[in-house]
Amino acid sequence: MLKVVSSADEAVHDIQDGMTLMLGGFGLCGLPEKCIAALVKKGVKNLTCISNNAGVDDFGIGLMLKQRQVKKMISSYVGENAEFERQLLSGELEVELVPQGTLATRCMAAGYGMPAVFTPAGIGTEVAVGKEIRNFNGKDYLMEMAFDADFAIVKAWKGDTMGNLVYRSTARNFNPVMAMAGKVTIAEVEELVEAGEIDPDHVHTPGIYVHRIFKGENYEKRIEQRTVRKKDNA
Amino acid sequence: MLDKEGIAKRIAKEIKDGYYVNLGIGIPTLVANYIPKGMDVVLQSENGLLGIGPFPFEGEEDPDTINAGKQTITILPGSAIFDSAMSFGMIRAKKVNLTILGAMEVSENGDIASWKIPGKMVKGMGGAMDLVASAENIIVAMQHVNKAGESKLLPECTLPLTGINCVKKIVTELAVLQVLPEGGFKLLERAPGVSVEEIEAATAGKLVIESDVPEMAI
Repeated sequence: MLKVVSSADEAVHDIQDGMTLMLGGFGLCGLPEKCIAALVKKGVKNLTCISNNAGVDDFGIGLMLKQRQVKKMISSYVGENAEFERQLLSGELEVELVPQGTLATRCMAAGYGMPAVFTPAGIGTEVAVGKEIRNFNGKDYLMEMAFDADFAIVKAWKGDTMGNLVYRSTARNFNPVMAMAGKVTIAEVEELVEAGEIDPDHVHTPGIYVHRIFKGENYEKRIEQRTVRKKDNA
Repeated sequence: MLDKEGIAKRIAKEIKDGYYVNLGIGIPTLVANYIPKGMDVVLQSENGLLGIGPFPFEGEEDPDTINAGKQTITILPGSAIFDSAMSFGMIRAKKVNLTILGAMEVSENGDIASWKIPGKMVKGMGGAMDLVASAENIIVAMQHVNKAGESKLLPECTLPLTGINCVKKIVTELAVLQVLPEGGFKLLERAPGVSVEEIEAATAGKLVIESDVPEMAI
């Protein structure tokens, strides 16, 4: 299989201005930080980014916002980023806020080859404006369209040369559904192993969904809210 | 009058053995501290975990293990991890028994506003719209009045809605109230030392008082 690439730069080499990207992660957890760094370096612009959050000011998608590479964000929660808020209020940045479950399900629909899904989330709110509503068994549902992304960029813990992926802990989040949803899917992993080294029963994302894979070095894995307890009051 | 911990303590009494519970950010998160020992309760975190444990010990934080508030947490034995689509799948399919979340406003027909103040604050709805649209058992934890002293229990919400006809119960620093199917806030309990008159004064929506309103036992 020719899926293994040598670096993040090579993985994102043909991402062009104006494309739509999905970026995995929840907050800074399970974030494809090596590909984001490569996109910042590459300087592609006018991107539409589908990602649950918009990073923080100096990490994650926040780095791309700072360079004005993002034309539109499609997210469920963007509260952690002052630069984001500034660009939003000044009209420099277009934002589509989507309920989190709807965001995940629109990714899932793309990965399962379904054009749309029906969900009750947003009924009676401004999210429903302009959307088709269908009543099933006495309850209203919104029709939400599958996403159409040029690239999906995800982070997994372990992957093999066939592109099979395994995630770790809650860093899984949006990564598996986004991995299924891109026209081209790039996976960055902490450990890249030979085909056969991952038990097929343990694969979370089958390699058929993954087009490019590389091993990232020195993950920063920044923590957004460090909360701890003291040993003595355990 | 209750403090935030008191509100959390009172809400914890609504949790039953065997429940799967989703706790929102803010006061709802505190509820976890007051679940009676020995009760089998599983906390769901919508980023993809059933079985939230306490905060890690200093030095044992795992950046891959966080809750929906992006706080570092631990994972209890018997937990399960899943992706975001499945997480909201189990919410939509009503597998989660109880949802506790915060709000800026609740109306007397159970509408909730919690995600946006036009022109001032746009953080996004996160998972709140999905939760309130599907959950059958929704408790709102909030202050009875806002910082400007205005009631947050209204005839109709003034802020952009998160969901409609969905809130069943509200616990504030002053009272426990039930949202009646026909509309109105039925006063169930008073916080210690709070009079019915004080609750009436702080409630802009229709308040239904049927008989002697007992003081909360916490």
